[in-house]
Amino acid sequence: MNYIAIKMLMGDKGKYIGIIMGLTFASLIMTQQPAIFVGLMSRSYSFISDLGLPDIWVMDPKVQFVDDIKPLQDTELYRIRGISGIEWAMPLYKGLLKARLTDGTFQTCNVIGLDDATLIGGPPIMLEGKLEDLRRSDSIIVDIDGATEKLGKPSPIAGGKPIPLKVGDNLELNDRRAIVVGIAKSTRTFQSQPMIYTTYSRAKSYAPRERKLLSFILVKTKAGQDPHELTKRIKQNTDLAAYTQAEFKELTYQYFMHNTGIPINFGISITLGFIVGAAIAGQTFYNFTLENIRQFGVLKAMGTSNLTLLKMILLQAVLVGSIGYSLGVGLTALFGFATRHTILAFKFPWQLLLFSGAGVSIICIFAALISMIKVFRLEPAIVFKG
Amino acid sequence: MSLAVRCQNLTKTYNTGGQIVTALNGISLNIPMGELMMLVGPSGCGKTTLISVIAGILDQDSGVCELFGENLQNLSSRDKLHFRAHNIGFVFQAFNLLPALNAAENVAIPLIINGMNRHLAVRKAIELLTQVGLGNRWTSLPSQLSGGQQQRVAIARALIHNPRLIVCDEPTSALDHETGLNVMHLLKSVALQNDRSLVIVTHDARIFEFADQVAEMDDGHIINVKDTLLRN
Repeated sequence: MNYIAIKMLMGDKGKYIGIIMGLTFASLIMTQQPAIFVGLMSRSYSFISDLGLPDIWVMDPKVQFVDDIKPLQDTELYRIRGISGIEWAMPLYKGLLKARLTDGTFQTCNVIGLDDATLIGGPPIMLEGKLEDLRRSDSIIVDIDGATEKLGKPSPIAGGKPIPLKVGDNLELNDRRAIVVGIAKSTRTFQSQPMIYTTYSRAKSYAPRERKLLSFILVKTKAGQDPHELTKRIKQNTDLAAYTQAEFKELTYQYFMHNTGIPINFGISITLGFIVGAAIAGQTFYNFTLENIRQFGVLKAMGTSNLTLLKMILLQAVLVGSIGYSLGVGLTALFGFATRHTILAFKFPWQLLLFSGAGVSIICIFAALISMIKVFRLEPAIVFKG
Repeated sequence: MSLAVRCQNLTKTYNTGGQIVTALNGISLNIPMGELMMLVGPSGCGKTTLISVIAGILDQDSGVCELFGENLQNLSSRDKLHFRAHNIGFVFQAFNLLPALNAAENVAIPLIINGMNRHLAVRKAIELLTQVGLGNRWTSLPSQLSGGQQQRVAIARALIHNPRLIVCDEPTSALDHETGLNVMHLLKSVALQNDRSLVIVTHDARIFEFADQVAEMDDGHIINVKDTLLRN
């Protein structure tokens, strides 16, 4: 009977393709939109992820997320270094500064100042030059996305792509010269501003003069030291906030979840996609059953049990569900692949496959259920009506 | 003479929008084994309801209907399905072939319902299609066949599992006169056997000559049952 069910399903090509397209669309919306959402949200803490070396981040207790800089006095660094269980503690400057480009325009950049001696907190991947080149005077390292896009030199052709910044080029940061000594690869941040890495002392010289300039203190725990215990100890001894890397990511993530409209906007589009997909697929599948009701009646009259008919409808639903789901997920993956080098945020973790799989399953079960009810209630005597 | 069908005092009513319609009103009817009975009468007289009850796809309100000595109302739903799947063949007015299946697959359906392997069932179906003159069309879809050919496929489907009763609903009404006669010849020659009976609901007076008995119905009653004098 499975063979008959499949032939019945595929017999009407138009309807068959219609059901699959509905499910593909639902599956696409249920994976593509959340993938962009996940990508966007993971960008909110990408800077923390890129700095893999420290176990603990120490900051002002009023800091709400990674870009919410509330500077500390440099002396706090020495207080932290005095706490037991700490392998090392390094300063990190993080601030938004305006870079003057060669055409005279300005571009706001994320300037990261690394400890002068150890350069801890540097970019994860160097594409050109070496991190140690930061020890040369006026040196900076620029991330590849910033170098090719926002910090690029104007194209000689009107409307053309900017000429990427390269090693040896100059910028002006707060009226001070900065020489590009390296190009790095770092994960795009939420605001997608160019990242400029330099030393802590040079970053302070670029920054407007303020009494406090230390953004974060990066801490490495000693071997065998529980990071959670150490964060408690730091809080008790200094009144500063201390988070493990995971906690700081969570703090940043929660800030964006609760203080921006992003989750609501994406939630609406995902919900709408689900409803539209369910409506299209459910309605088409139900119509398919209705149009085949006489055929089901014939089978019922000939002695096919309700259970067998149920299995046939379930098989049809599972088949169109699997194909629609695979196509939707495939299209999402293609979308991600096609946009991998663009500014678009896109992250496709395996959990999204489960999420969309559950969504498509619900649609199929719903569609199959309403069809089954119709077939269950079907009087086989219908076959004798002309 | 043993009976294929014995109906006694059958009643069946429908509730249509609050109005009670009596479709069968004390019907009593016997169909002997090996005979062809035609049920005739005007539209709405209860013919379709009667064959639905006889075929076990509709329950009567009261009265007894026995098929080959088995009272279907005493059977569980499952046993009734099983009984129907093994003992009854159907030929419908609109053929009711599954449009996505080819002729052989359509014919094979009753065997598949009864649990036979699909490939074996299709092989048997091709043999039977050859008997009804469609051996070279077994791969054709219903839409590729003429009305007469489709009805022959439907007859083959009704016969494939060797049922003891074949129920036909207006088997010639969708066909022209000549094709209708051919279909009736086929039914009479291939379907009717000593251990198999046929019940045919029809309006088509041209085919009455093929019946062993004609039962006239009107308003839920059988008003006359006659042995046809024009028996072949």
